[in-house]
Amino acid sequence: MSIFIDHATRLVVQGITGRDGSFHAKQMMAYGTKVVAGVTPGKGGQRFEDTVPVFNTVAEAVHETKANAAVIYVPAAVAASAIFEAADAGLGLIVCITEGIPVLDMTRALPYVHERGGRLIGPNCPGLISPGRSKVGIIPGNICEPGKIGVVSRSGTLTYEIIHQLSTNGLGQSTCVGIGGDPLIGTNFVHCLTAFEADPETAAIVMIGEIGGTDEQQAAEFVKESVKKPVVGFIAGQTAPPGRRMGHAGAIISGSSGTAAEKMTALANAGISVMKRPADVVPLLKERL
Amino acid sequence: MNLHEYQARDILRRHGIPVPPGEVASTPAEAGAIAARFGGRVVVKAQVHAGGRGKAGGVKLAKTAAEAEAHAKAILGMTIKGLTVQKVLIAPTVEIASESYVGIMVDRASQRPVLMVSPAGGIDIEEVAAKTPDKIHRLAIDPRYGLLQHQALALGFQLYSDVKQARAAADIMQKLYTAVYAVGASLAEINPLVTTPDGTVQALDAKIAIDDSELERRPEIAALRDVSAEAAAEVAAREAGLTFIKLEGDVGCCVNGAGLAMATMDLVKYYGGDPANFLDIGGSSNPQKVVAALRIITGDPNVKSILFNIFGGITRGDDVANGIVQATKAFPLKVPIVIRLTGTNEKEGIAILERAGFAAVSDMDDAVKQAVAKAKGKAA
Repeated sequence: MSIFIDHATRLVVQGITGRDGSFHAKQMMAYGTKVVAGVTPGKGGQRFEDTVPVFNTVAEAVHETKANAAVIYVPAAVAASAIFEAADAGLGLIVCITEGIPVLDMTRALPYVHERGGRLIGPNCPGLISPGRSKVGIIPGNICEPGKIGVVSRSGTLTYEIIHQLSTNGLGQSTCVGIGGDPLIGTNFVHCLTAFEADPETAAIVMIGEIGGTDEQQAAEFVKESVKKPVVGFIAGQTAPPGRRMGHAGAIISGSSGTAAEKMTALANAGISVMKRPADVVPLLKERL
Repeated sequence: MNLHEYQARDILRRHGIPVPPGEVASTPAEAGAIAARFGGRVVVKAQVHAGGRGKAGGVKLAKTAAEAEAHAKAILGMTIKGLTVQKVLIAPTVEIASESYVGIMVDRASQRPVLMVSPAGGIDIEEVAAKTPDKIHRLAIDPRYGLLQHQALALGFQLYSDVKQARAAADIMQKLYTAVYAVGASLAEINPLVTTPDGTVQALDAKIAIDDSELERRPEIAALRDVSAEAAAEVAAREAGLTFIKLEGDVGCCVNGAGLAMATMDLVKYYGGDPANFLDIGGSSNPQKVVAALRIITGDPNVKSILFNIFGGITRGDDVANGIVQATKAFPLKVPIVIRLTGTNEKEGIAILERAGFAAVSDMDDAVKQAVAKAKGKAA
């Protein structure tokens, strides 16, 4: 098993004819993801790569192809609108890769998705991959191996670094989820930890957090109360100065709150093995497994 | 993006919030002329993106236009927390009966805009939150309905027992909420919200921060950016599509991805070094971005070694390698460089680097150790 995606995932790609959308749609198809439809307004009726039907709206795509998940690669200015549209079409899983969506747009989009029973992953995330089964997003498939480690992270390339360390040391992954670097995101650490804890194929969990907000602290509380599987954690930004946005819109220490030190302490107090550097992930996991 | 106080006051005024008059000056003579128009009794306030202006001597009271001009002369050009004051706000002094705080920000935990009010105004709200949290009243606003009248009025009564003043405050809160969505603010504060001896309620000082993601669709707000109030290297980086933050160390870092960039800085520290900067070249990086990144890093005289840490996903190793080769042809490096390159098109990238006489490492820890040793003048 895996969390959120598997062989049954039937994907519609919003923005399939765009530069990023077309590139990654091809990568996902090559990985074996069931890309059943694409959406680009005005290009309905075309076929992407001679195979995938393109529709003008997500609702049509869902009606015609029984898609059950969407991935969004459209520009930031229209990305919130794409999230609303996917939620309206009744999709249970919406993965938004786009970076730079205004936070105030997300204050409206998030309740809209949740009221319709959908799960949003992201925005500003690399998506997720269940190695050997399905990939939704942009995580490079070639660095992943099927296995028993669940990975959840606020970052992109730092996640690749950690996955790379795992794969080259014989630790495959059940699912890797990038939840995104924005201040407001649809799926947080606690949601992923809940799913990994319930997934019989996941034996241990790696969580990669960073400065800003209190998501990691809440995750630590949750691990203490409700997670029996071993958890190994990392927090990026130990050397970040306060008050500055470190690339990700959500990676900011406000006043004295949201520091790496504070989060590492919370993780350690919850019984999570805390990495000092990315290369610690393998020895710490081996200790706990 | 932070706005200056005078810009924030303009936005509030345009949304119908009572703000006392005030004008901005960039020379002492201008300041004197404005002060004369206001009758001489004014406050001269430095317009700079830093807190603690008063303590730094950037806020001064004047009784005459000549005194205002002298204060402006002292304040213009002074440095507050590393930033040079280019403008001053001249405003007539207001008699104050009471000071409160009203602010709206997006709360990450509730994922909603939250209105915060406190009768303890005029000072740093974080200090109030830390010392006397019971003096802060919070309300998470449902963005579908906005700030409802009865909600605002209830908070108005937390500030004032007089119904007229409570209603005036509630009206200001609703207008502030409208302004937040109208300008794309991530934070909007009125501090202090004052009452005058004759009972009126006014926004004396305001602070607004705009969500950077809003700027593309709001050119009129983007035009308010004051580049003279920012570090030159950070402006250059933004124009090149890079995220750059200068730090105090000597290992110049160039990384793809924000999380990996932070982890790289942390690893520099772990191995006994000190990062000179945070620099994220972003996702689909073309060689030109790498050239711009190297130009910015080498522009910092503190940098003693340069560390590239690239994990190719969307970013291609050959693009980064080409950028490094192009940059070093355009401006030869005076300090050692350590390049870690792995992931997409790693082999192509390493071949390009080797042809140009560079070596590449594949392990992140090895690369960081080498860069730290080289910054200290040792062979790795």
